[in-house]
Amino acid sequence: MKALPDVAPLLEGMAADLIAYLSLRGIEDPAFVGIHTGGVWIAEQLRDQCLPDAPLGTLDIAFYRDDFEQNGLPPRVRPSELPFSVDDRNLILVDDVLMTGRTIRAALNELFDYGRPASVTLVALIDIEARQLPIRADVLGTSLTLPADQRIKLTGPEPLQLTLNPVTK
Amino acid sequence: MSLIPSHLQLNHQGQLRHFLTIEGLSRALLTELLDTADSFLEVGERAVKKVPLLRGKTVCNVFFENSTRTRTTFELAAKRLSADVLNLNIQTSSTSKGETLYDTLRNLEAMAADMFVVRHGDSGAAHFIAQQVCPDVAIINAGDGNHSHPTQAMLDMLTIRRHAGGFENLSVALVGDILHSRVARSNMQALRTLGCPDIRVIAPRTLLPAGIEQYGVRVFNDLRVGLRDVDVVIMLRLQKERMQSGLLPSEGEFYRLYGLTRETLSLAKPDALVMHPGPINRGVEIESEVADGPQSVILNQVTYGIAVRMAVMSMAMAGQNAQRQFNQETKHAIDD
Amino acid sequence: MRLTIEGARVIDPANQLDQLTDLHIADGLIVAIGAAPEGFQAQQHIDARGLIASPGLVDLNVSLREPGRTRKGTIDSETRAAAAGGVTSLCSLPDTLPVLDTPAVAELILERCERAGHARVFPFGALTHGLDGEHLSELVALRDVGCVAFTQGLAPMKSNRILRRALEYAAGFDVPVVFMPQDPEMAEGGSAHEGPTATRMGLIGIPETAETIALARDLLLVEQTGVQAHFSGLSSARAMDMLANAQARGLRVTADVAMYQLLLCDEDLEGFSSLLHVLPPLRSKTDRHALRQALQSGVVQAISSHHQPHEQEAKRVPFAASATGISSIEVLLPLAMTLVADGLLELPALLSRLTCGPASAFGLPAGTLSIGARADIALFNPVDASLIGQNWISKGANCPFMGKGVPCKVTHTVFNGKLVYQA
Repeated sequence: MKALPDVAPLLEGMAADLIAYLSLRGIEDPAFVGIHTGGVWIAEQLRDQCLPDAPLGTLDIAFYRDDFEQNGLPPRVRPSELPFSVDDRNLILVDDVLMTGRTIRAALNELFDYGRPASVTLVALIDIEARQLPIRADVLGTSLTLPADQRIKLTGPEPLQLTLNPVTK
Repeated sequence: MSLIPSHLQLNHQGQLRHFLTIEGLSRALLTELLDTADSFLEVGERAVKKVPLLRGKTVCNVFFENSTRTRTTFELAAKRLSADVLNLNIQTSSTSKGETLYDTLRNLEAMAADMFVVRHGDSGAAHFIAQQVCPDVAIINAGDGNHSHPTQAMLDMLTIRRHAGGFENLSVALVGDILHSRVARSNMQALRTLGCPDIRVIAPRTLLPAGIEQYGVRVFNDLRVGLRDVDVVIMLRLQKERMQSGLLPSEGEFYRLYGLTRETLSLAKPDALVMHPGPINRGVEIESEVADGPQSVILNQVTYGIAVRMAVMSMAMAGQNAQRQFNQETKHAIDD
Repeated sequence: MRLTIEGARVIDPANQLDQLTDLHIADGLIVAIGAAPEGFQAQQHIDARGLIASPGLVDLNVSLREPGRTRKGTIDSETRAAAAGGVTSLCSLPDTLPVLDTPAVAELILERCERAGHARVFPFGALTHGLDGEHLSELVALRDVGCVAFTQGLAPMKSNRILRRALEYAAGFDVPVVFMPQDPEMAEGGSAHEGPTATRMGLIGIPETAETIALARDLLLVEQTGVQAHFSGLSSARAMDMLANAQARGLRVTADVAMYQLLLCDEDLEGFSSLLHVLPPLRSKTDRHALRQALQSGVVQAISSHHQPHEQEAKRVPFAASATGISSIEVLLPLAMTLVADGLLELPALLSRLTCGPASAFGLPAGTLSIGARADIALFNPVDASLIGQNWISKGANCPFMGKGVPCKVTHTVFNGKLVYQA
């Protein structure tokens, strides 16, 4: 089984890809929004590397998950904080691991409850190709496939590192 | 012979599934409730003040006692959770035609209500409903007789936590009609559970209930002694009826002895919080200038009340959902 | 009908009998204990080895509900419940609809009871008309028709003066008066014992002084008028002191306590079960202890059920709004046996509190197994545990002891020489 990639080189590649993407699409003056917790760390790194003057918001999607009926409230909810207006803003939504796509759906719903963004660009560090919704990253670090009994997790903030954990029931 | 029933408010995993009283809830659970309420406060500052947690659920406000303010905050809280809300003011409907409390609630349950918020004049009414009428519907106690008003206590706790920092080194005084106050009972329990070391009650003897020492409080009949150096003052409402039943000679004497004025407030710490569950009786228990003054957080209490009720409702709904799933899984395990 | 009960441990406290022996019954009377009379041929035998035979229990405080409150119970259903509990004689309260304040109502109750044939009733008449606390009932007419004593129950008298006159009148004809002392204004609005538990539960308290103030007044008037007095259902330690004091001073005062007051206290109210809403209320642990001590010492000579059956709706409401009272006549004996298990009383002493003790309060022809006495006998197994609620008979299921195990089981009840109940 091949080793997990290092995060730092992935980030470098993503930074370059992101700048190219924004230029291609003519996206100006974007704001970063990181999804707690891993997405925030990635967003911070990208912001510092690409657009150090861009604002950064954090999103906790706990209240927008679609599994409240089955699993209730998650144990720790941090407040979302968006220190800028969402209306007519170009947003760069950042998450660490893209799996089923439900987290991104929840994040989009939450963002639209703040206002009406001009655009949303999705950036993810890892896509483990287990999607259940038609959601793909615009800028991706890399894809991986995992065995069914394994989950991938980003630890951090210093150093940022990918680890494998067995699935807990 | 012991007839004490097992704990009613919690499901098999110790999660909240009814919210009836502070009594019996752990410090950890109360803290979790406060933390959750904090997150909901942020929701109230957004353009769209809704989250979809209770979407598709029906919340019934079943109020047997008149209360516009409490009912509207519960209504607002439920709507911000995206629930559908039914308001029943029972003076005007079925029970005045002789339908029992039991039947009224069973009928509502049959209409697929997912949660009842109940305010009733009889102590133990919420327990009665949770235990004997609708055990599978989340019951939130919005005040029952003189017994308990747990959401008020939690919003008071949130206010104290946000404005005074914490509970560990705090001195809190409850002033006024303790005897008839469900708010006082719930607050004393909450403060004690959350570790407040100095809880004081200040009232004339006629307004103090028997055995109040069991709450671990210090009792004062003299406001000017009891208020010395406190960090938080919670004033309780004095109802006019108390003068009629021989408990007090007059409003005037009560105000002179127990009224929170600029003069008496100055005996507390200089930055002491002034709190009141509302509605306030200006000039009876509190001076107007104090109620509107810089130390008053009375209006903040109202805002926090919405967030606390959102937290209570979502936690209780989650607990009921988990209980229902557990029951189904156990049933299937038995059937297999 | 000739009946022989064989091999029971026969305990008759009135006659200081406690012996493994046989009982022989004919024509509704006990004709022999031990050897059968010459030529006696029993038509029915009961093998009572391993069982205890006691005089049928005498219960001094029972609400039969009929006439008028038949949703809660009827004479037939409640006397049948009594028989299942080994109770063969009972005193009924007059708070029926109409109130038992005329001979016609008394006769109706006596007649229906006889027709039902499960137990015998010795009715209490209402001291005042309609229990209005003001207008004296025709005590002598009621006495002549079968009332053994008079009471207001918990209904108040309009004034001390009226009470004094009623007691004078009763004393003049040597009819006893039953008191259930409760000052209405002190108790007003209350539903639980004034104390830490009521405070925590937000229930309006009934202070101990609601009982003791009324009791003091009653005892002083008893002393002044010389009326024969029985106090039913006292609940506080202080009342026990006052009672003992009065007895020591030579007043003719007897007392019974409610079975449930010997077992429960206000701490059991946690959870707001309306099944525990009673008047007078369940008081503190200390009070309960004092009641048990007074029973042990004999200051209280009787245990009664204070049987008050209710329909489901009366209890299926929040605590303070619920009707007061517990339905328990059919478990009086099993519950009382827990007092023996606890070491409070020896078995013969316990049985005296349920048989000759209560009977002697009013001179009732009951509660003994003397030769020539009516054959009212309770047979029970003292070690066979039973579960309360199986085969429940009373119309009122309002019993907080449902589902509890108790260390004894009533197996047979003989009433008037006939087997009226068999488990």
